[in-house]
Amino acid sequence: MRHDKHPVAAGARSGRAPLVTRVRNSRYPFIAGFLAAPVVLYVVFVISPYVQAFYIALTNWKGISANPQYIGLENFTRLFEDEVFWAAVRHHGVLLLVVPLVTIAIALFFSFLLNLSGGQKGGQMTGLWGSKFYRVVFFLPQVLAVAIVGVLFRAIYRPDETGVINSMLAKVGLDPVGWLIEPDLALWAIMGVMVWQAVGFYVVLFSAGMSSIPKEVFEAAALDGAGRFTLFFRITLPLLWDTMQVAWVYLGIAAFDAFALVQVLSVDRGGPDNATTVLPLEIWRTAFNFSKFGYASAMGVALFFMTITFAALTLRVTRRERIEF
Amino acid sequence: MSNSAGTPGEITRRQMLRRIGLTALVAGPGAGLLSACATGGSPAATSSAAPSAAAATSAANPFGVAANAPLEVVIFKGGLGDSYATEVHEPLYKKAFPQAEIKHVATQQIAQTLQPRFAGGDVPDMIANSGTDLMDNAALQQEGQLLELAELWDAPSIDDPSKKVRDMVAPGTVESGLITGKPYVMNYVFSAYGLWYDSALFEKEGWTPPKTMEEFKTLCETIKAKGITPFAYAGSNASYYAYWMILISAAKIEGNQLLLDIDNLVDGAWQRDSVKQSAAAWAEIGKYMDKSFEGLIHTEVQTRQNQGKIALYPSGSWLENEQKSQTPEGFKYALTPTPSVTAADKLPFEAIRAAAGEGYIVPSKAKNPKGGLEYLRIMLSKEGARGFTEKSGNITVVTGAADGLELSPGNASLSAAQTAAGQNIVTYNSFEGWYKELETELRKQTNALMFGRISAEEFCEKMQKAADKTKADSSITKQNRTV
Repeated sequence: MRHDKHPVAAGARSGRAPLVTRVRNSRYPFIAGFLAAPVVLYVVFVISPYVQAFYIALTNWKGISANPQYIGLENFTRLFEDEVFWAAVRHHGVLLLVVPLVTIAIALFFSFLLNLSGGQKGGQMTGLWGSKFYRVVFFLPQVLAVAIVGVLFRAIYRPDETGVINSMLAKVGLDPVGWLIEPDLALWAIMGVMVWQAVGFYVVLFSAGMSSIPKEVFEAAALDGAGRFTLFFRITLPLLWDTMQVAWVYLGIAAFDAFALVQVLSVDRGGPDNATTVLPLEIWRTAFNFSKFGYASAMGVALFFMTITFAALTLRVTRRERIEF
Repeated sequence: MSNSAGTPGEITRRQMLRRIGLTALVAGPGAGLLSACATGGSPAATSSAAPSAAAATSAANPFGVAANAPLEVVIFKGGLGDSYATEVHEPLYKKAFPQAEIKHVATQQIAQTLQPRFAGGDVPDMIANSGTDLMDNAALQQEGQLLELAELWDAPSIDDPSKKVRDMVAPGTVESGLITGKPYVMNYVFSAYGLWYDSALFEKEGWTPPKTMEEFKTLCETIKAKGITPFAYAGSNASYYAYWMILISAAKIEGNQLLLDIDNLVDGAWQRDSVKQSAAAWAEIGKYMDKSFEGLIHTEVQTRQNQGKIALYPSGSWLENEQKSQTPEGFKYALTPTPSVTAADKLPFEAIRAAAGEGYIVPSKAKNPKGGLEYLRIMLSKEGARGFTEKSGNITVVTGAADGLELSPGNASLSAAQTAAGQNIVTYNSFEGWYKELETELRKQTNALMFGRISAEEFCEKMQKAADKTKADSSITKQNRTV
């Protein structure tokens, strides 16, 4: 260290405070100086809105007056009778089951094909022929903005024969399908888009996870006569557990959102007959359309607890012994 | 019209609502902002202390305008342009008062131009308060900045001094400019709602617009046989076009009282026979729609009408202007009122929902408020209104003013419908602006009804439930209207 001399000299002169303490003392303000700005920003723009939302949820604030009126838990009792709210919660339940499961399954399959299924070459596990190209292709949807994806899929799902899918169906003599206008089908159509968009990212995530598995493990398994199937389920999957856990939490949180796609794609935002509505959409509508910021905040608080409960549960339930390598 | 050119239905409608004076919701914050700006001004000159010595009133000069007093006119120069002012109304004023000097100000940003002037007390004499950046009339009124227009409406008309100005305009015009029950805004442009069709196509096929729902169904069969969709609306973002039709028909059955009661959240209003009959009749028409229309947006469906694939489309009179660039050669927009549902309907087939829009105001603290009033009286003369229609391409509230003028096909049919309707005007629904939650529910249930997922009974039941919920919700400020 270049400054060694000075503290030593200073310490020697004063005859107190050993060297280490001195250095630490001078380091604290230094670190704090770096941390202050981000912490202040985080508190002002993230923590304080959260805290305020909790307070606003207990008022009947309409977004206008400076002094919202305190009404206790009325907003929360109202939530229990709100059928649109429950429709949205049900949809999150479906999203939570389907989107992570399907996305992870597809992403795992693809990343296995891309990384490990090609056998060994020069002591290295390789993917199928052309895997580098496919990796780019899979990732492409991730690059598109959600709004663009929405507009794109509006054309793809258009309910008459001018829609991309329906025009293909028409060519083989099938009637057009109302992807987004059949109440029983609409949510599934939107989930399809969510999965389509998410798969690419998780292919990359799992690929990274797979490449960090030591090749010796595969070699040993291969020597013992493991086929691709065994290799995947007995070796790859357990060793990827940590990555999958992260993916599950990410996708779960994404399933609590879905705002943009529903907003752009669904019939009259959340329709038909509330068949596709989600909580963020209802929060947005309640606040900015109905001017009921208090009630919207109550929905937000409910969503907050749902999300952290999910994340905590996922991390807890899927906790396993970590394998170090 | 400033509100129409190329804007999607959503925006058009919002501006529409604003134009017909449903600004009560935003009046609160607006007033707060305004007062914050206005505090700098001195609370001096009131309207009574008009600087220009008032001249004696006479039959030709009912307000007693000082002949030499200068007049400042501020015009919103949007879709309507400002030539109607510079080439029609201002010359007419100059003709009446040759000594008066007229200052013409054209702007696209009314609020930015005028808010500081209101705060400083230096205000013009007449303002076309329109556009995206209009000033909130309700807020201005609360601040005591607007001149009450009762004097204008009760003044003798220029065309026939034995009649009052209020008798020369379409019914509902004066009411549309009420704030806290008194007239403050002169809404000038006439808009109507009904079914739009291509009169050239109808003529070619020998079809006539239906007068009753029975005729409508028969016509739908005929049109369907031709391979054309008889009726359509865009469920994805324009379902309010369909509920307008349902409510207009219901009002024709029962009279305008129904719409008042629906707005005032009267118990059971949605479950009255009139609403049920109307909903049932429209659900029958809904069966002729392709179910894919629920997933399409206004412009997509409208394009299909322009392509001759859809016969009748429910909308308002801005449609022709809005579609101007897409309308093919030979396509002639025409408006027909909503068909009668029963033989015992209170209002005749010719009755039409119409609303006056595009507000003009006179500031109470103007230097020449009498001149401002006189300017408005000139606008409401037949000559002034004709000139406006010629220059801006829009029909005014002045009844019969556009007769004999060369109009666009849509405006010609609108003018004819206005004349045919006479006093039979179906009023607008204020709940759409007052209670957005109820309106959102109505959109959902309208789609469900029109695309055959619920019956008329269920529709009424669900809407009544939603209205009751709104009524019981203490967090929603209740509004009321009596006209």
